Amino acid sequence: MSREVRVAIAGGSGYTGGELLRLLLFHPHVQVQQITSERFAGKPVTKVHPNLRKLTPLKFDKIGDLQPCDLLFLCLPHGETANRWDDFVRLAPKVIDLSADFRLNDAAAYRHAYKKHHPRPDLLQRFVYGIPELHRDEIRDADYVASAGCNATATILGLYPLYRAGVVDPERTVVEVKVGSSEAGNRANEGSHHPERSNCLRSFSPTGHRHVAEITQELSFGSKIQVHFSATAVDMVRGALATSHVFLNQGLEEKDVWKIYREHYAAEPFVRIVKERDGIYRYPEPKLLAGTNFCDVGFERDPASDRVVVISAIDNLMKGSAGQAVQALNLMCGFEERTALEFPGLHPV
Amino acid sequence: MTTAQATATTFECVVCGAPIELGDDTLQGELIDCGDCGTELEVVSTQPFLIQEAPQEAEDWGQ
Repeated sequence: MSREVRVAIAGGSGYTGGELLRLLLFHPHVQVQQITSERFAGKPVTKVHPNLRKLTPLKFDKIGDLQPCDLLFLCLPHGETANRWDDFVRLAPKVIDLSADFRLNDAAAYRHAYKKHHPRPDLLQRFVYGIPELHRDEIRDADYVASAGCNATATILGLYPLYRAGVVDPERTVVEVKVGSSEAGNRANEGSHHPERSNCLRSFSPTGHRHVAEITQELSFGSKIQVHFSATAVDMVRGALATSHVFLNQGLEEKDVWKIYREHYAAEPFVRIVKERDGIYRYPEPKLLAGTNFCDVGFERDPASDRVVVISAIDNLMKGSAGQAVQALNLMCGFEERTALEFPGLHPV
Repeated sequence: MTTAQATATTFECVVCGAPIELGDDTLQGELIDCGDCGTELEVVSTQPFLIQEAPQEAEDWGQ
């Protein structure tokens, strides 16, 4: 692929579309050719994404006016990618889909999670699940990538080393994720009205969250696992913090757990082990990650039991969505993996 | 308190196992921060090298 990659973003007026555009405008090897919105077609993108004022003259196009490009990002509501795939696939040889449509590689798992038959089960195996820390080589060779869910990304990156090493009881994991309001997207509803939403700690998904299917798929390693998952919306705009309780199936000291995490993540550009004895920020803290592509992972072994509490934090719009997608683009196009993703975040914030 | 034998140049952090390098001019009683887990370590002896966690100050961290 040439060093100047022409990309388009379908469904670009949402939060993930805006975040993608923010990143890609500063990518040295990418030209954003088009970005679409049915609602705002003809309007400058800065009407919707005001942080980009004076940074781009782009206006929204209608999705039907998309021209061929090198790589197409799809940020459409769940179900749209699969239903319109034959139109999209004609536009670009490479596609990164940020919806849930092709994250699961098994039609039965999809039906169980989304309560309907998958409209294109024939394509499920053609997409690579988009977490680079798990599937780097496959993404490098992929034409189609399905970016992972934000809660799933935080949970999976926190638990992956322990599940991979086989040191935890695979059927006894409990995960609680706390997420900011941007995860729900930019469409208003009665529950998002400011006087109702402000200061809330809203248990919006105590059981039955759809991301459990992704977590189960990626952490199974051939054996049956059971991950119990709850999600709570907190009074932040960005950020997700997963607190995962796992139980060791063998006697490990804290130093042994450290070694497992270090072995998996020491060379990763966007995963940091955050577990310090002193200081103000001793464990992962989502607010420090706003705008960054990092996933910070920490843990504490309970000295009184075999429980390990794993704490993992991301910006849901970055590592949990658009940042992860740009990381995939870099791999698919042969660019250095950190390109356009090196913002370190702010402190204080 | 955990202690660990060390070579003249490298040893493992007694808390997290991270490798830490010591210079030849390391002094007995010197304090070293582990770069991975942030634990303050004390060189309690240089012949042979013996490392342990440094005494902790009173906790000043809460909700």
